[in-house]
Amino acid sequence: MRELRGDLMENAISQTDSATADKIVFKKQSQAKEVWRMYKKNKGAMIGLVLFSFILVMLAGANFIVPYSAATKGVFSQINQAPSAAHIFGTDSYGRDVFARVLYGGRTSLLVAILATMSSCVIGSTLGAISGYFGGKVDGIIMRSLDIFMSIPDILFTMAVVFALGANFQNLLIALTLAYFTNYVRLVRSQVLTLSEQDYVEAAKAGGSGSTRIILSHILPNAMGVIIVNTTLNVAKIILYESTLSFLGLGMPPPAPEWGLMLAEAREFMRAAPHLLFFPTMAIVVAASSINLIGDGLRDALDPQLKS
Amino acid sequence: MNSDAILDIKNLRVIYQTDLETVEAINGIDLKINKGKTLGLVGETGAGKTTTALSIMRLLPERTGKIVSGEIHFAGQELLKMPLMEMRKVRGDQIAMVFQDPMTSLNPVMTVGEQIAEAINLHNADLSKAETEKRVENALLMVGILPSRKNEYPHQFSGGMKQRVVIAMAIVCEPGLLIADEPTTALDVTIQAQVLMMIRELRDRLGTSMLMITHDLGIVAKICDEVAVMYAGEIIEAGTVFDIFTSKRRHPYTQGLFDSIPSLSSRASRLQPIQGLMPDPSNLPKGCYFAPRCKHCMEICTKEHPKKVTEGTHTLLCHLYSDSATVQKPGGED
Repeated sequence: MRELRGDLMENAISQTDSATADKIVFKKQSQAKEVWRMYKKNKGAMIGLVLFSFILVMLAGANFIVPYSAATKGVFSQINQAPSAAHIFGTDSYGRDVFARVLYGGRTSLLVAILATMSSCVIGSTLGAISGYFGGKVDGIIMRSLDIFMSIPDILFTMAVVFALGANFQNLLIALTLAYFTNYVRLVRSQVLTLSEQDYVEAAKAGGSGSTRIILSHILPNAMGVIIVNTTLNVAKIILYESTLSFLGLGMPPPAPEWGLMLAEAREFMRAAPHLLFFPTMAIVVAASSINLIGDGLRDALDPQLKS
Repeated sequence: MNSDAILDIKNLRVIYQTDLETVEAINGIDLKINKGKTLGLVGETGAGKTTTALSIMRLLPERTGKIVSGEIHFAGQELLKMPLMEMRKVRGDQIAMVFQDPMTSLNPVMTVGEQIAEAINLHNADLSKAETEKRVENALLMVGILPSRKNEYPHQFSGGMKQRVVIAMAIVCEPGLLIADEPTTALDVTIQAQVLMMIRELRDRLGTSMLMITHDLGIVAKICDEVAVMYAGEIIEAGTVFDIFTSKRRHPYTQGLFDSIPSLSSRASRLQPIQGLMPDPSNLPKGCYFAPRCKHCMEICTKEHPKKVTEGTHTLLCHLYSDSATVQKPGGED
């Protein structure tokens, strides 16, 4: 019976004009290529990408770009110098080259921000999707536990975690993830709640899809735009948050270079040497806004409805 | 005699239960679809047509919808007793469903080819990629879409084309039963005709049985072999298309449906719609559910629920025909 019907399916081709069938040219364009094509059209996004690539190259090539290390201290006459040909961003209160510290510090700052965002996104989205899709008791348990997390102010919570575990790279990551994953749970849950009411989800169920497949291939891809924008915004936020922590002395321990820490140290010399404040701030602003621009562009490029 | 039946529903009762009220959506229906035949399920909005379809798929809303009693036999299996994992294998593979609104029943971020491929791979995990693609192309050809369009997204298709894609997804696994829930309601009239013809052609070619849910008697006449008329969760009249369309012994509700169709041949200034509204399903009348709107309502109708009257293939649920004392037949009026 099955084979017979299979034959009928085959016949469907021969029934249509075989001449046209031959002429059919399949548009084999990969998803990535398609997304890139759309992304290129967005000027802002391209500027963001260029800026961010530039930052990455600078950070990666720091060893070749500046002749100083982040920890090289100078003699007394070299402290708090304004920008000059020898030190293009000037020197700080220990006579260290600010440019070198911005570059080496960026490595830690960006790495922590990106890793923390990714881990909070993965953990938060998973929990949010489960909570929103299954509802009922599961939802109740997840959301009520979340309330406990959220009832403690972020900054206090992170400080407690860092304080308890000790300030280093890994613990900073844990603290930031714990502080930020709650956003994703709520965001993704609300998306899943609306999306799982959609007819195509019902249709997928009627087609025999299981919960995992429905969440992964029908619900999350449709929530992707919102998640991506939120993620890029979060990278920027975490860079700032990290700076706050460093500022409070709970980030990376000195003398490690780190943007927030540099700001904290610059505070004392704000009047005498404003460049100490200016350059790390600029670094944060440029990094954060380029990531935001990329996020905007990605959201548009990933949404097939906006394709022309 | 049941060996021919691919789908056999017996005494199905479904309720929607919330804290506030219990809605009696389906009140003991019996339905049978024979292999290769098409049953039209007719009735107005809220009669329980879609609930019937969802019950067969076991896709009733989890928190509220409950099947109180009844049996649904499909190809020798009892669907209501089946474990969920087994049921998932039936869905899409053996029973497929076409939803009402093609605009929303396709995932906007997946290409149509991917969506059809997913329908195939769910039930044929061992198929190679090339074979899957070939079947996707075949399925698109069968519904009259150029296979070259498989890499396009749903929004690049028109409404009629989208419904074709939805139908392609439904038939690609060659299901034994196709449930079409008002497949043409969201389409305009000319496209409706095209899609209906296509459905009929595919059905005949694949030998699929079909449950066609509609409120359009014209569609029933065109496509169906048998008809069941639903009212307030009951099947008040059932039979072959011939029985329903030609018999003089009709349920007053069915008669009302026919009177609501504009006719090309007769001159009438106004249609004669059925007066009133369907009873509140959370508070159904004691006797016949149709009694409050019925032109032929008798004393017994408000007191006693009618019993099924059978004449050959034709079944009626009405006091008018429950005994030999024939009252004026509603069918004689036109």
